[in-house]
Amino acid sequence: MSHDPVPERTASPELSHQYEQGRPPSPDRPTPHLAPAAPLPHPLGAPSVRREGREKVTGAARYAAEYTPPGCAYAWPVPATVARGRITALDTAAALALPGVIAVLTHENAPRLASMGDPTLALLQEDRVPHRGWYVALAVADTLEAARDAAEAVHVGYATEPHDVRITADHPGLYVPEEVFGGPGARERGDFDAAFAAAPATVDVAYTVPPLHNHPMEPHAATAQWTDGHLTVHDSSQGATRVCEDLAALFKLGTDEITVVSEHVGGGFGAKGTPRPQVVLAAMAARHTGRPVKLALPRRQLPGVVGHRAPTLHRVRIGAGHDGVITALAHEIVTHTSTVTEFVEQAAIPARMMYTSPHSRTVHRLAALDVPTPSWMRAPGEAPGMYALESALDELAVVLDIDPVELRIRNDPATEPDTGRPFSSRHLVECLRVGAERFGWLPRDPRPAVRRRGDLLLGTGVAAATYPVQISETEAEAHAAADGGYRIRVNATDIGTGARTVLTQIAAAVLGAPEDRVQVDIGSSDLPPAVLAGGSAGTASWGWAVHKACTSLLARLRAHHGPLPAEGITVTEDTRQETAEPSPYARHAFGAVFAEVEVDTRTGEVRVRRLLGQYAAGRILNPRTARSQFVGGMIMGLGMALMEDSALDPVFGDFTACDLAAYHIPACADVPAVEAHWLDEEDPHLNPMGSKGIGEIGIVGTPAAIGNAVWHAIGARLRDLPLTPDRTLAALAAPLT
Amino acid sequence: MRPFGYLRVASVDEAVRAAAGQPGAQFLAGGTNLVDLMKLGVEAPRTLIDIGRLPLDRVEELPDGGLRIGALVRNADLAAVPAVRDRYPVLSQALLAGASGQLRNTATTGGNLLQRTRCGYFQDVSKPCNKREPGTGCPAREGAHRDLAVLGHSAHCVATQPSDMAVALAALDATVCLHGPEGERTVPATEFHRLPGDSPERDTEIRLGELLTAVELPPARPGARSRYRKARDRASFAFALASVAAVLTVRDGTVEHAALAFGGLAHRPWRARAAEAVLRGAPATEEHFARAADAELAAAAPLRDNGFKVPLARALAVGVLTDLAGRAAHG
Repeated sequence: MSHDPVPERTASPELSHQYEQGRPPSPDRPTPHLAPAAPLPHPLGAPSVRREGREKVTGAARYAAEYTPPGCAYAWPVPATVARGRITALDTAAALALPGVIAVLTHENAPRLASMGDPTLALLQEDRVPHRGWYVALAVADTLEAARDAAEAVHVGYATEPHDVRITADHPGLYVPEEVFGGPGARERGDFDAAFAAAPATVDVAYTVPPLHNHPMEPHAATAQWTDGHLTVHDSSQGATRVCEDLAALFKLGTDEITVVSEHVGGGFGAKGTPRPQVVLAAMAARHTGRPVKLALPRRQLPGVVGHRAPTLHRVRIGAGHDGVITALAHEIVTHTSTVTEFVEQAAIPARMMYTSPHSRTVHRLAALDVPTPSWMRAPGEAPGMYALESALDELAVVLDIDPVELRIRNDPATEPDTGRPFSSRHLVECLRVGAERFGWLPRDPRPAVRRRGDLLLGTGVAAATYPVQISETEAEAHAAADGGYRIRVNATDIGTGARTVLTQIAAAVLGAPEDRVQVDIGSSDLPPAVLAGGSAGTASWGWAVHKACTSLLARLRAHHGPLPAEGITVTEDTRQETAEPSPYARHAFGAVFAEVEVDTRTGEVRVRRLLGQYAAGRILNPRTARSQFVGGMIMGLGMALMEDSALDPVFGDFTACDLAAYHIPACADVPAVEAHWLDEEDPHLNPMGSKGIGEIGIVGTPAAIGNAVWHAIGARLRDLPLTPDRTLAALAAPLT
Repeated sequence: MRPFGYLRVASVDEAVRAAAGQPGAQFLAGGTNLVDLMKLGVEAPRTLIDIGRLPLDRVEELPDGGLRIGALVRNADLAAVPAVRDRYPVLSQALLAGASGQLRNTATTGGNLLQRTRCGYFQDVSKPCNKREPGTGCPAREGAHRDLAVLGHSAHCVATQPSDMAVALAALDATVCLHGPEGERTVPATEFHRLPGDSPERDTEIRLGELLTAVELPPARPGARSRYRKARDRASFAFALASVAAVLTVRDGTVEHAALAFGGLAHRPWRARAAEAVLRGAPATEEHFARAADAELAAAAPLRDNGFKVPLARALAVGVLTDLAGRAAHG
């Protein structure tokens, strides 16, 4: 890990100005806030340690399931055991007769919920079963064990209907969604068919990515309590503001009648982005029983109810000149959603902005099947989309006999292809060049299957990465206390990323204060409202609001004469205005991932020897926590490439890998030397900190880099993830492709 | 939680008496599999007889030069015993290829042998399974069976035995020592696990109330070399897609003795007698190793999605035998 030494890190003019403002103590204004003892170290870009690190490693940090109000009851859900149908019989008598059982909620007796935007939260409201694993009842008891026993004792009868969980490229239910990620589901630019037909070099290839699951370490859990009509929940969530708003809609309450706390969250990766069943069920059960209720979803139930990355079937066609410049590019994807609601894995989106493509076709099609509802998983769209696109680029490089790094450089567009907007900054070419240098990409023999060491074949591969810059409205409060301390309040969420730490750095930088004088309160809906931790937008969105509030506070302090009043000074700012208008710039982070793999030709086992990511993602605010983000994303990409697979059971319609023994994620032994590097990218068109999001880009590109390296190793192109030994062996046995 | 009785015993006799007097009792050792299965509702013992403090935690030299491994010797400890590492490397390697470091620190020799299949249908009580509920059917045949059996399966069950250690024990001609109400008896490790046939609910030859007390290894063959190799979906903490344990003695370029067992292919560690017959007296060459593997795997009857296991097992066997023969030739 290191930042690149070439471009010098400098503070943005705006920030430098503010440090100047904060620095000089004024003899006639002995306000402690403006009197640091010595020049401060530059707080932005410093590798500050996690503010809550000690609490976490000592077990003092409390998670949602670790709050136990007096009289707390425990809940255990009952999942449907059919893939499609209706509940025809419910017998809860045996369950209710068990000792310690308080209630069994079903669609016949559960509190009525108002309908709102997310029908996956319409829990226990009707008899329809849209997929296996859908919750049909909830047992509540004095103890966890009694609740689990009661759940097992609930008898549910079903009228089943034939189910369909298998997506195919020619599924009769396929349709083009109206809207995908703010654009149309299908987009044509120029005349793809004619340009492709005329291209001297072409590839026309298909790839598949299976369903995947986020599986954060902390399962989805909530503790809910009603006190005099006020609902308080501790929820494992990526955004307590959104949870509060959705609970308000479901229970027809004002948001001021609900407090949602998500102080520490053990990972989410998108699976906790919006409210999930646990928090709604806990609140329903608490209302129904009049007791606080705790509900931690069992690991084996998670795949069916908290979302998954939908499978994607890709067809990529690229036409290019002999010089490698792309003239025609089509990326068409097929995916599934549930019958409950539409969710589109936006996998053709990156093809709209990645490369020169005067004639372009990008199409999403999906069918509503009897499957659990898919949702966000780290880099939705980009992760599977860039796997296919970057694999196809590699295939084109082979066809043209052009180095794959060079091919990407030749297709770096001057403006965003789909919109014509200029890029706020785009340093993909620099990432490719610097990354190649660090990795030792050249000299490289492009021939496949020639690097043999005993039973092993070695190969290297490269892929580009990208992730869009997103910023959402957030509000923050900054308070200067009479004793010289500062307190920042914003409902950000730290899902393990280091948000609390980085927000402290931003506040300290603006205020010119030492970090230990700044307290940052996050993770409660009683704080000023903020966007959820998702879309790699947290730091930019929350940070901007914190920056603005601190800037205003500083101005107030400078205008203040004499000691502060006992109650201190408080200012609140929001970024509604700043975030309302779309940027005139195309704003994306970029990166290049390099992989070296070995393939055991006897067993088909693929192991990664080295991974190197080189990123350009604006200003890196904290290299310590940023490295975790980049490297963690890359390791997740390694899992996506080699082992993660949530196949649907054709007989029963559920996911077959429902625990962490069956759903393989990388073990330590799978993770080789992983390096993440970044350029110090200056971009004045982002936010006052100059940062782009870094939470997701690490997973993007890594699967293609590994897959391309596998081709280079063995000379066979594997186009279906994950690259498990059965597939590799079959490819090794087949003639070279 | 289903209530269950808990009893801690101090001697083998006490354990066996307790089991005889308690219908529905099960012995608890490391608990790494049994407790999981209780949480899943697959196992529901009425009484757990905790044998964790019995004096079965030692590895002893036998007068004939073999080893006696107490049933409570932890997997991690057994893998590290110098006598095992030096004389039975295949066993140490198999142990270290299994599970994770944390599990190996807890799991015992006896428990490892008695662990149940990880077939997804067996572990999911909302679905049919002949092993869990005889007569309900085997959805694995049509469902998810990539990890399941290609040899010796039946219409009733296609499960695999998941142990790595058991594969090495089968190749080493180990003996399983049992102590029951009728007294003590031994069963060859190769016969200890059963094929599913029409009673897949029975994994092994152990009888009701019998306690597995030890595993005995015969003396290591002079001049023999041994090795375990496992193919899996990730580098650690994954069950075998296929594995092979081999013990090979080569003299003057000819196979004097070979013992070969496959893991991940069947309801029991698959001792490859047909392959051994081909190997005995044959030139120690890759060609003959391949012929031997083919002789054994001719009986394979893969399901829709696990045909890859046959060439995988073949490649593992040929690779390990070639490696052992090469090392023998060089030193």
